[in-house]
Amino acid sequence: MDSVRSDAVPVVLPTAVKILIAGHFGVGKTTMVGAVSEIRPLRTEEMLTDAGIGVDDLSGVEAKTHTTVAMDFGRITISRDLVLYLFGTPGQDRFSFLWDELAAGAIGAVVLADTRRLKESFACIDYFEDRETPFVVAVNCFDGGDRFTPADVQLALNLDPGTPVLLCDARNRASSRAVLVALLQHVLSLPV
Amino acid sequence: MEAPQEQWPDAVPVVRPYAMTSGRTTPVRGAFDLISIVLATRPPERDDGLHPESAQIIRHSQEPVSVAELAAELDLPAGTVMVLLGDLLAQRLIVTRSPTPARGVASRPVIEAVIHGLSTL
Repeated sequence: MDSVRSDAVPVVLPTAVKILIAGHFGVGKTTMVGAVSEIRPLRTEEMLTDAGIGVDDLSGVEAKTHTTVAMDFGRITISRDLVLYLFGTPGQDRFSFLWDELAAGAIGAVVLADTRRLKESFACIDYFEDRETPFVVAVNCFDGGDRFTPADVQLALNLDPGTPVLLCDARNRASSRAVLVALLQHVLSLPV
Repeated sequence: MEAPQEQWPDAVPVVRPYAMTSGRTTPVRGAFDLISIVLATRPPERDDGLHPESAQIIRHSQEPVSVAELAAELDLPAGTVMVLLGDLLAQRLIVTRSPTPARGVASRPVIEAVIHGLSTL
């Protein structure tokens, strides 16, 4: 789509940027969004309709041409001119077209992982690697989860050595912010 | 074969959002995405002939607001809100700013400003 500069007026609207918080169901995406957001996470719903057919595997459910996908998101006002939005992306493979929409223009992504279900992170990781969307892996340290070092996780997930892996507590604002900062620093470290 | 109730899910008003946009799924004007920022060009008026949902958009965009936030506030699919915003843009009732650069990657100074903001807020 083309950029829209129509109806230019002498009003300065803030620049908006976004980061995706991805990961499988129940890994703590909305928790992390809520921990850093200045607003209670909001929910927006998108309809999967004809636009999804051909991208989605809807075989066998032809009659169901509408379904809704919910995304939770939060906001951090950096300054009067700059606002950061965080989107918790729905984890299911069949919503991949929605991911495309979300990933377009994103600064990068945080893949939240749970060491008890590491292999469920593969779909997300593959997706961002294929798209060349910069990402970091943040291991949400659940109580009861085995404690692995970031190096263990990097090996287990077969990550590119340049992909940062961090341990975090998605409930904690400082910890979640540190993950976002690590992602942004990773983005800056990449060759232009 | 799916059970009938699976094929016709509990989705309450699946048709209504499209009725609201006369069946259109693409805005007449503008290219919006979830973080496009929108601002009304005038205060809400009581009798301005707008559809209730469009009037609600005007009310909720008296300060700069994102499409995602409007969709959440109005409890409508983002795609529907984008169509309504296209109409409002054509009527010059809103101004908008697409993410900069549109659908591209944020510039280094912007990323640095976000890091700074996150570290000091």
